[in-house]
Amino acid sequence: MIPFHLRMTLRRAGRLTLLFALVFGALLLGACNRGDSIEWRLTNVSGHMPDLDFHLVDDQGKAVTGQDYRGKVVLLYFGYTHCPDVCPLTLAQLHVVMQRLGPLADGARILFVSVDPARDTPDIMHAYVNAFDPRAVGLSGTPREIEALSKRYRSAFTREPDKGDGQYEVSHSSAIYVFDRDGKARLLATPANPQDDLVHDLHLMLSLGNPT
Amino acid sequence: MIIGTARALPLLAAGLLLATAAHAGEAEHVRTSQAWIRLLPGDLPAGAYVTLENTGDQPATLRSASSTRYGSVMLHKSSSEGGVSRMAMVDNLVIPAHGKAELAPGGYHLMMSKANPPVQVGDAVKLTLHFADGSALDTDFVTRPANATDAGDTHSH
Repeated sequence: MIPFHLRMTLRRAGRLTLLFALVFGALLLGACNRGDSIEWRLTNVSGHMPDLDFHLVDDQGKAVTGQDYRGKVVLLYFGYTHCPDVCPLTLAQLHVVMQRLGPLADGARILFVSVDPARDTPDIMHAYVNAFDPRAVGLSGTPREIEALSKRYRSAFTREPDKGDGQYEVSHSSAIYVFDRDGKARLLATPANPQDDLVHDLHLMLSLGNPT
Repeated sequence: MIIGTARALPLLAAGLLLATAAHAGEAEHVRTSQAWIRLLPGDLPAGAYVTLENTGDQPATLRSASSTRYGSVMLHKSSSEGGVSRMAMVDNLVIPAHGKAELAPGGYHLMMSKANPPVQVGDAVKLTLHFADGSALDTDFVTRPANATDAGDTHSH
């Protein structure tokens, strides 16, 4: 039989241990949620690029800002619809990535920003992005708005000379910028990154801190 | 007179055969596979891809392609250097002797525009590949949806 006072001391010690465990666990979890201890496979740009922010028009013709996509993990990619090879390849690959993520993909959005304001209207963008993935959004805007967004992420685009028949190409950044649910720039993917790396990192980001 | 014609016929036939063989040239040694078109919505330009295998002892040079379904077909090459995606027209693509050349997403491709009548997913579109010696090869390309990543033969979806 353990004396009463000793029992109380043990119980108190147990409670204290539990408290420590809880505090320590919470700290660990907090660190995880901030992503400090995560080994990302893509290039980590956390703290090196500004938060997601823009004033553009979505493919339904509605004015949208970066704030409208808070709560979603965002994949930002610059391109244009008259691009028959690289842009469709990138979007087709992102579609496969979304499929591989399964139901988690509903927490993500592909934002395809047109660098060809002269030809890409919301209607054209709507048909275009929906041919790839239901979670893709086509954003267009004035040349000044597009340039502001492009410069914000140190991206660049150049309209190449006319080929004589009114057709022209636009050279553009090939990178995919990944933002977390709070609109923080987190990762950068390039065509050199294997698809598995994108799936791996998005799976992690989408599994972390699920909104309630 | 009748005998004369009969004697001349084999000669004529031989001559025709020689002419045909000369015309076949580079195209005769080229085998195509994985031929497909990525169809984009509306009248946006499409990309076409194909693997070319040269079974001959001499290199073959693809110069251009044409189609009765598309008003314009151009040989292009995409590149992604220094983080920038670019597209440029190219004059030719050499298929080495006993070697392969691939027109595949992110590299060499045919940019096709002005489809008439409009092309649908599933359509077989005939393209004529033109080689440097003037020979030509017809190939059927299968039309695939925008979000396809290959010709579809080994696709699991």
